[in-house]
Amino acid sequence: MAKELRLMKGNEAVAEAAIRAGCDGYFGYPITPQSEVMEYLMAEKPHERTGMVVLQAESELASINMVYGGACCGKKVMTSSSSPGISLMQEGISYLAGAELPCLVVNVVRGGPGLGTIQPSQSDYFQATKGGGHGDYKLITLAPSSVQEMYDFVKVAFNLAFKYQNPAMILSDGAIGQMMEKVVLEDQIPRLTETEIIKKCPWATTGKTPDRERNIITSLDLDPARQERHNLKLQEKYKKITENEVRYETIDCEDAEYIFVAYGTSARICLKALQLAKEKGIKVGLFRPITLFPFPVNQIKEMAGKIKGILSIEMSAGQMIEDIKLAVEGKIKVEHYGKMGGIIPSPNEVLEALEQKIIGG
Amino acid sequence: MTEEIIIAGFGGQGVLSMGKILAYSGIMQDQEVSWMPSYGPEMRGGTANVTVILSDNRINSPILTQYDTAIILNQQSMDKFEPEVKPGGLLLYDPNGIIRPPERKDINIYKIEASKEASNLGLPKIFNMIVLGGYIKIKPIVKLDNVMLGLKKSLPPRYHHMIPDNEKAIKRGLEIVEDVQKV
Repeated sequence: MAKELRLMKGNEAVAEAAIRAGCDGYFGYPITPQSEVMEYLMAEKPHERTGMVVLQAESELASINMVYGGACCGKKVMTSSSSPGISLMQEGISYLAGAELPCLVVNVVRGGPGLGTIQPSQSDYFQATKGGGHGDYKLITLAPSSVQEMYDFVKVAFNLAFKYQNPAMILSDGAIGQMMEKVVLEDQIPRLTETEIIKKCPWATTGKTPDRERNIITSLDLDPARQERHNLKLQEKYKKITENEVRYETIDCEDAEYIFVAYGTSARICLKALQLAKEKGIKVGLFRPITLFPFPVNQIKEMAGKIKGILSIEMSAGQMIEDIKLAVEGKIKVEHYGKMGGIIPSPNEVLEALEQKIIGG
Repeated sequence: MTEEIIIAGFGGQGVLSMGKILAYSGIMQDQEVSWMPSYGPEMRGGTANVTVILSDNRINSPILTQYDTAIILNQQSMDKFEPEVKPGGLLLYDPNGIIRPPERKDINIYKIEASKEASNLGLPKIFNMIVLGGYIKIKPIVKLDNVMLGLKKSLPPRYHHMIPDNEKAIKRGLEIVEDVQKV
């Protein structure tokens, strides 16, 4: 059968991917630049296609707590928002992580802090990868750099979330959310039946049967010894994720003297900068982290032994650069170049920064 | 082949939908495409623009500062994008409302009286399709058949009754585009 192709916005791709991944419920509250996610779902009426519930909650707080409720029942549930909205959800996200519940949160990042701007930014890296909410927890964080990846990563994120019983985040930005590209659609995955959920999620609150103990889902345990054991278990899980789930892409890195490290929209800008650099005879490659947690520490560390310098490109004041520096362990020069406030750096500016900060610096 | 295009005008002129039809036309002939709009306050009546890229290869940056082609539909966009056309590139504009015509000597310049023609035809809404027709006449990077398919694909079914008028407009655009300067 011919592949189904569509021209879609990143936000629409997320919505269609959710339906086709067999998502059970979406709970959200509108905010630019991600409102098309729920707009598309509302127009598409997935309850008629698969039985998926789509609900506009009264606030972001309500959305994330509806996600908590759905996840407790072993359902494949998600929400999406943009930076200020994701900030409002942090308490709920911490609870989901503490209670070891799988879910998907999509952040189509806009410039901050505060209400900031509706234009694209990557200044929520710290929030996504270093916590955001309180407590020692991690989100599995995927960073798409095309509309196709916005689509593909929904399924990937759900699979990882259920595999590790942990919330997963897609960290996108306003540019990828709003732009349209060609998307190859996959066939519909049926939603799980109640029986299948009971089998797949023995931890879920699916109704007690005589042959098992009650399932209690909570993030509260007042006994310090038990709470520490719970924390150690979480840390063990994050270690496993770090060992097994690192994803990245390298382009022209084999004989490169310098490397751009960039994710999402910035990685796309860097691809153009690679072209411009080639014309000037500069040997530069692109390392694109796809998972931001787990961060590709070992891969960057290994690469650092073979090159002269790294320029981290991020639409922020420089957040990911901290992880790159930790990976590189001071062996080579690492600098940041980026723009804030919703401005996207141009490929020319990126190349100039490489020449000034790394090659000439 | 890679063609990097900026289409710029007022919000409401159909700039974004012209870009969308062009992008869909590219998909119809197996190209990679990207469509990156200016979004936000501009959409509510100010200037609007969209960057469309059609390519046989993976598209790198969807956001650009230099273009192979600029399709310009108001003075503000002329001021902003005329300097950003690559040397030897193409600038296509509708003279309606343009008080300072393009001045560069190192680019190909074409004009199309699309808004005048649209009101002559009594169909002001299909103004953007006349411009699109003009563009594919100058640069036939997408086949006319694929543009027609792209048009159908990008319009929701409830607007399909408007397809004949749009097709007529595209064909009219092919006829009335004029060259001003060739380099």
